[in-house]
Amino acid sequence: MEINWSSVIGIVATPVIAFIVGVLYGGAVRKITARVQNRYGPPITQNLFDIIKLYSKKTAIQHGVMQHLGPVFAITASVTSLYFIPVIKDSPYFQNFSFNGDLIFLLYMMVFGSLGMALGAGQTGNPNSAIGVSRGLSQMVGYEIPFVLALVAIMIQFKTTSLNELLAVQDHFTNWIIFQSPLAFVAGILAFLGMMHYAPFDVVIAPAEIASGPPSEFGGKYLGLMMTSGSIFAFVKLVLFVDIFLGGASDFITLIIKTFLLYMIPVLTGIVSPRFRTEQSILFFWKWPTFIGILAIIVVVLNG
Amino acid sequence: MYNDKDAKKIVDIIQSYARKHSLWVVAYGTGCGAIEIPPTMTSRYDAERFGIRGSATPRQADVLLITGYLAVKTLKRVIRTYEQMQAPKFVMGFGSCTINGGMYWDSYNTINALDRYLPVDVFINGCMPRPEAVISGFIKLQQLISEGKAEGAEKYLKNLEWYRENQNKVIPNWNMPDYNW
Repeated sequence: MEINWSSVIGIVATPVIAFIVGVLYGGAVRKITARVQNRYGPPITQNLFDIIKLYSKKTAIQHGVMQHLGPVFAITASVTSLYFIPVIKDSPYFQNFSFNGDLIFLLYMMVFGSLGMALGAGQTGNPNSAIGVSRGLSQMVGYEIPFVLALVAIMIQFKTTSLNELLAVQDHFTNWIIFQSPLAFVAGILAFLGMMHYAPFDVVIAPAEIASGPPSEFGGKYLGLMMTSGSIFAFVKLVLFVDIFLGGASDFITLIIKTFLLYMIPVLTGIVSPRFRTEQSILFFWKWPTFIGILAIIVVVLNG
Repeated sequence: MYNDKDAKKIVDIIQSYARKHSLWVVAYGTGCGAIEIPPTMTSRYDAERFGIRGSATPRQADVLLITGYLAVKTLKRVIRTYEQMQAPKFVMGFGSCTINGGMYWDSYNTINALDRYLPVDVFINGCMPRPEAVISGFIKLQQLISEGKAEGAEKYLKNLEWYRENQNKVIPNWNMPDYNW
């Protein structure tokens, strides 16, 4: 059997790159937030220090098997969904496991981490965790609907469920799906605001309200694992949206520019926003984003 | 060099650097000093540039900041909070009240010296200390961490009986779980 070394290198390198980029983006967000609030802010590598510190804690308490497995589920889901996304367009290194029909698979896989976390947080017995989990799952019902509607509109329009074929369609700047199917992009980006969990949709991790919610009983290495998973998952969501709507990226510099600009949409919205209540957040997603998503499907079907 | 067991390994250097630059604080703000914490954390003095950040729960925290006097009733909750934190963990006594009782030195229901009940790494004196003093206390704690001298958690475990005896003297109805939780 012949080994395809370029894909082996890609499999090893992809999570590492995703982690580094995600962590530095997290630090950049803290810096930008600080500058907006007229502060100097922590260094851009602050999140990396936090994660190293959490991993080097000497004790880590846990209350049962599910709490032990919850963060593991989360990081498994993040890395698995990362492997099914072509990070760099047409690169032999970063195709990983992407296949025809991977959009539908990704829709399932991206929920898996949250469900695992919900099981893990449920076992801690902390009432704040239970409230956070119920909020998170309710909000997920909210933003998944416009997200799926946007993806279905694109699937009908281009008659494919493969990310690689969608990338092949967007061969030129004018053919990006953001221009070919703007309604789907609007529905998708509004759902994206909820997926990134920045304000006003940060009802799950509400530190001053429910003591950080699901992770409130997780300390030390468990929290480190969750932060690692969060950094990778942020990168996953950004790359997915860049691949679907913004024509992907054929080199790293384009990838960084596009993902960073996309990341600034939820971040800058978040800095100037207060927090919604849970029912307000769900109602928001069920009103305009859902309506625009349905409209996108109708337009696509009428255009045939 | 390779067989020197006391030599600092590169892992230790990275770990102590990360610990030093990432201090998550649970501020136990029942004393009057709690009013100095918001200016320390927000834009006027901005403690986040040193990696100091508030933490939501004791499980995630590294530093327990006791802001001011402790009534006997709150001492019980402080001990509980401290024992829920994950090692390595540090305690900072804030204000004169944690050193010798301050203006509450002859009160009937406050403790005088916090050091007898919890292992304090850094004291900040003053009544009350300004945010500059709080930040300088944190810098002192960072120095102690990088020198490997902030070993409060080990000290507490080693002398647990002595601390428990002192705690039991002031807290009449001691119905708390053991340390290992």
